[in-house]
Amino acid sequence: MTEPIAADVVIIGGGTAGCSTALHLRRRGATVVLLERGVCGGQASGVNYGGVRQQGRDLAELPLARRSREMWGRLADIVGSDCEFVASGHIKLARSDADMAELESYQAAVRPYGLALELLGRDELRARYPFLGDAAVGGSLCAEDGAANPRLVAPAFARAARAAGADIREHAPVTMLERDGARFRLRTTNGIEVSAATLVNVAGAWGHEVAARFGESVPEDVVAPNMCVTEPVPFFMVPNFGVCGGGVYVRQIRRGNVIFGGARGIADRARLRAYPIAMSSLNSCRQTIELIPRLRSAQIIRSWTGIEGVMPDDLPVIGPSRTTPGLFHAFGFSGHGFQLGPAMGAVLAELILNGATSTPIAAFDIGRFAPALHTRQSNPA
Amino acid sequence: MNDEPPIVVGAGPAGCRAAATLVAAGLAPIVIDEAPQSGGQIYRRVPAGFTRTYRALYGFDAAKARRQHDTFDTIKASIDYRPNTLVWDLKPGVLHCLSDGRSEALAYREVILAPGARDRIIPFPGWTLPGIYTLGGAQIALKYQGCAIGGRIVFMGTGPLLYLVAYQYAKAGAGVAAVLDTSSFATTRRAVPGLLRGGSTFAKGLWYVAALRARGVIVANGIRPVAAEEKDAAVSAFLYRDAAGNQHRLACDAIAFGFGLSSETQLADLAEIPFAFDPLQQQFLPERDITGRTPVRGVYLAGDGSGIAGADAAELAGERAALALLEDRGHAVDKRRLAALERALQRIAGFRLALEAAFPFPVDMAAGIADETILCRCEGVTVGEFCREARALDADEINRAKAFSRCGMGRCQGRVCGPAAAAVLAAKLNLPPERMGRLRVQPPVKPIPMAVLSDD
Amino acid sequence: METTLFRRLCETDRPVIRFVLDGRDCEALAGDTLLTALLTNGQRLRSSEFDDGSRAGFCLMGACQDCWVDLDDGTRLRACTSFIAEGLRIVTRSVKGAL
Repeated sequence: MTEPIAADVVIIGGGTAGCSTALHLRRRGATVVLLERGVCGGQASGVNYGGVRQQGRDLAELPLARRSREMWGRLADIVGSDCEFVASGHIKLARSDADMAELESYQAAVRPYGLALELLGRDELRARYPFLGDAAVGGSLCAEDGAANPRLVAPAFARAARAAGADIREHAPVTMLERDGARFRLRTTNGIEVSAATLVNVAGAWGHEVAARFGESVPEDVVAPNMCVTEPVPFFMVPNFGVCGGGVYVRQIRRGNVIFGGARGIADRARLRAYPIAMSSLNSCRQTIELIPRLRSAQIIRSWTGIEGVMPDDLPVIGPSRTTPGLFHAFGFSGHGFQLGPAMGAVLAELILNGATSTPIAAFDIGRFAPALHTRQSNPA
Repeated sequence: MNDEPPIVVGAGPAGCRAAATLVAAGLAPIVIDEAPQSGGQIYRRVPAGFTRTYRALYGFDAAKARRQHDTFDTIKASIDYRPNTLVWDLKPGVLHCLSDGRSEALAYREVILAPGARDRIIPFPGWTLPGIYTLGGAQIALKYQGCAIGGRIVFMGTGPLLYLVAYQYAKAGAGVAAVLDTSSFATTRRAVPGLLRGGSTFAKGLWYVAALRARGVIVANGIRPVAAEEKDAAVSAFLYRDAAGNQHRLACDAIAFGFGLSSETQLADLAEIPFAFDPLQQQFLPERDITGRTPVRGVYLAGDGSGIAGADAAELAGERAALALLEDRGHAVDKRRLAALERALQRIAGFRLALEAAFPFPVDMAAGIADETILCRCEGVTVGEFCREARALDADEINRAKAFSRCGMGRCQGRVCGPAAAAVLAAKLNLPPERMGRLRVQPPVKPIPMAVLSDD
Repeated sequence: METTLFRRLCETDRPVIRFVLDGRDCEALAGDTLLTALLTNGQRLRSSEFDDGSRAGFCLMGACQDCWVDLDDGTRLRACTSFIAEGLRIVTRSVKGAL
């Protein structure tokens, strides 16, 4: 019944981060088993808005986001498909002078990281995007940001990882997880038994459960981004739009469907189910029409949501375990992990195989949630 | 004491009968229906100003239609009737209705879902051409609008509706070129003993065939569609193979086709009723028992929306579900009536077995559809594209296949392409269709305007 | 050569409704759905977004969502479940890029 597998690395979680880690490890010769409870990309990686965005991130995330953006640009080389990534540009709209000031200071703050943002005043905004409603007084454009099709990305990484020799098991929830001497031992509901020297915890909204098994309790909550999509509408909107303060974000794919969100659905982490909420969808419709009045004659045909892990400071948990050698975490991407997924795999592979990564990740150290117990200083980003 | 009015969704035979039963017990249900008038599809009421008699409109079912309409007209003053209203989302305890551009959240303790069914199709090359409709659609054009879908029409598919609609068209003076049944004559004949238990239904079927032949209409069994030809942006001919394998070409300007019906199960799905694959009907259906009760407290199912059984069964099921609701509320109900209803439902179930055996859904057709044929007409995804995109990322069930290929992501959310897509994928993987699972419903269950107003 | 898809077989004694279809004055009968009105005056309802074809509806019962048409003010109506009304201005050829 049990099928023991010995590997260098076992990965829990088949989202983009997990599948990218599997691929990068395999490319460097490590043996890899990935265990995914459902199907690869079935949770946060597959249900999100699809924004591939550097602009708007906490500065601490920028090195990781920049590294990932470089990979998005050559995704076809990495996984055999561009996953419909388009650098269509991302515009964050200001609806007040205070918003505009915020955009200006962010533009200055990110320049040292190599991120070039273009500020647009009211007139320039209207000239370029005449379909915007009256509320927008200006905006900040990141020309190299864009969007991709979230449903395709993790499965594409999974396929590439498999082709490279990774052993990826779907429908394989982990029921037993323990450390036995220098190795981790895991068992799944369908009788797979794995032992590995290294364990990667990329279990998304359930990452805190894995961490807790090794004495690292972190306050991971969940959020369900309520997404809506319209029927195909004649194409008119090239960049993706968001607003200062959040609340609504909207993009249009070349086929014409307009995708938007900004409100919350229901995430039932225990039952592994998530539901959009009628009122959230209708509120998002209202906000989207306000932003782009011509959409008032469009119709929505579908809404959805998923379960995303959220940390109290909106920053992910990334890095080695504080308690357990050989355990590495990357979870809790707080609703903005999609763009980071590809680079997460590269970073984790470096951490595991080199002992260090070239990308600054100290700000995401799991130790920040138990400062009384862990005295190690975070390096400035 | 529960004061909240129960809600009935659907004003076809099942919903109407359910509402009438509740009214008779002193309740004042809310009855929500998408259509402007009651009757569902089979007893669809014509718009004001139409003058055909019930006999002309409903044929053998004229008396039943009259009774349905009279019943509903009688109870209208006692119910909260919401026509032209779409239930677009549902969560346990509340449903969201859209009417006249405004969405309202309606709380419920009990709801009887009777949303009916739609035609079930398998694509063939050219099926999206102007002039090609479902059998149900062709029937609505005639019954509801007094129109024929064309001047020289081919009827194709299988099931009793095929013969009924073709006959109705012929009787109304439309040009009926042929009635082509994919079920073989041998299959149908084997089912005769069971069909005879269906009372007059089988006799009617034979009568229709005889009447059609008498008018010179080609009636053939065991056929397989080959393609619809196009001329000037509309259908101009239909190619098919007969039971012996010979190809024929029929000039025509319209085609009506269908292979039985699919239940509208979206609201039952949102109500979190568990589903199971029904091998007889070849579809996933929400679980209910003969009383109409489901595993979800307060949610009842009646009519074709939870399994195809026809209009007579729908009326019985509607009454039975309403009585179950009343029983569950603590009302006294007539036990003999319950038993009589259940006996009648069981009798019809036996007949349905024979009907499905006589006119099986031709799943085998799915394996042979040409790659260039459109599979998802909303999104323009061909059979070839569907298979390629689904398999490129190792999809082995229908929701994954949808995510990778876009098939089922369009306005109709898989109503038209769903059964065929599952059959195509199953054939590709050499697995039975039920292993493909079923499309997960995502609200709104039909398109709704972005500019919807709401009170919240 | 026929230039309409649908043929009226009966129920023709109804008041005439005048409407505009792609800029052309047309007539229908009170009680016609938009679908009937359009297909007794032509052979299409709209263009398919993703192939070269025209579409003319399919199920006639509000299930397939194939028959959505535009009024010239941008309002969208499902043709098989909406009734024709005096003075409606319907377009079946949407201009690419316009909404």
